[in-house]
Amino acid sequence: MLHGFFLNKENDELASDKVYPSSRAAIADIPDGATILLGGFGGAGIPENLLVAMADHPARDLTVVTNHAGFGERGLAVLLRQGKVRKIICSYAFHRSAFVFRELYLEGKIELEQLPQGTMAERIRAAGAGVSAFYTPTGVGTQAAEGKETRTINGREAVLEYPLPGDVAVIKAHRADRAGNLTYRGTAANFNPVMATAAPLTIAEVEEIVEPGVIAPESVHTPSIYVQRVVRGEDLGLRSET
Amino acid sequence: MASDPKLESCALKPADIARRVAAELPDGAVVNLGIGIPTLVGNYVEAERGVLFMAENGIIGAGPRPEEGREDKDYINASREPITTLPGASVFGHADAFAMIRGGHIDIAIMGALQVSARGDLANWTVPGLGKGGIGGAMDLAAGAREVYAIMTHTMKDGGLKLLEDCSYPLTARRVVTKLFTDIAFIEITPDGPLLREVAEGLTAEDVQAVSEPKLITNGSPGTLMREETP
Repeated sequence: MLHGFFLNKENDELASDKVYPSSRAAIADIPDGATILLGGFGGAGIPENLLVAMADHPARDLTVVTNHAGFGERGLAVLLRQGKVRKIICSYAFHRSAFVFRELYLEGKIELEQLPQGTMAERIRAAGAGVSAFYTPTGVGTQAAEGKETRTINGREAVLEYPLPGDVAVIKAHRADRAGNLTYRGTAANFNPVMATAAPLTIAEVEEIVEPGVIAPESVHTPSIYVQRVVRGEDLGLRSET
Repeated sequence: MASDPKLESCALKPADIARRVAAELPDGAVVNLGIGIPTLVGNYVEAERGVLFMAENGIIGAGPRPEEGREDKDYINASREPITTLPGASVFGHADAFAMIRGGHIDIAIMGALQVSARGDLANWTVPGLGKGGIGGAMDLAAGAREVYAIMTHTMKDGGLKLLEDCSYPLTARRVVTKLFTDIAFIEITPDGPLLREVAEGLTAEDVQAVSEPKLITNGSPGTLMREETP
């Protein structure tokens, strides 16, 4: 974790209107070496516009935590090609569509930590919920448990897993209000809500921005305090490359 | 099943396997379907049986693929395919989806397998070598579901065995497979070893044993796995 580099963050916290004018402005202060929690699964719920802005942004040496190691030639794959990503932490590394990542990996140009999908989600959840560590039976006896402490609890062997926080969460929601409350749609929530809880700066790309009060309190999926910046994005259709 | 003409001619088609697996599901079960043949299983479960299908990307109650042109970018299954929803469906994020899976709320995970051991070890996420495969939700499902039904061809294309004493490929989980459905046999993994429950029409227990590394136990003569007359 990096600390104290988000110069705009104090301003963010004072702002009652969290809407940024552009994706470029919303990601402008992401520094070199940041760990980015990147939402999306299988083409749904990917912050496409923020990823495109990242490609024009100079930050390098990034660690990206995301379900799969990019797909096709666009989105995350652009950042990979640009050599901006030092390490990928993901649950599915070598899907046939992640050919850009695979090439870099086989050339030794990028690091990989591959995790069971539920362990990844729970490590992110732990980071957001103040859980110091947890034991899980998932991965026992497999490569995913190599080098990790195990312990038998209630007669079942379990692996010790630590929280996985980010410096910034770059996520996609369906709708936001100006206060930063978010709603998701269909199966496009995926990692986005849990990632929003696990970084000091969460930037949410949304399809629609409404005034506070339009989203009923009981309909809010991600409460406003988890979200520092909101930006409206266009549908770029990056998913069609799956 | 290319190794043996007799096995090959008697082998079940994927739809036959899916139909047999579907028949094995208890009514009312909460089921997760993996990629490949497992996705076909849903086609053979009648709605009145009350089986609920859950996908790890956050949905219970996915319906059939929408008509061409009616796909919704926000509604997909774990294989990235467009879906519809059935009345009573619900959607949720990954933290909830995997709490469900890891918390023992899924009755049966139906997964494709590369190898299965005599004790029910499962290998299905990668093969030896660099830059292949992905874990995805397989380890969570294998460890968290109450039962794991594994589906695979009984042997490799070159005749290599896949039902083994010990898996040689990297493991997904130890001692989790309860039932194994192949193109020539239905085998239950019991504390005493693999129990041969059914063999494909036209084959004998000896035929199945000949392409299985562990000793198969039998309890009377095995039943028959039927093929559809029209493939």
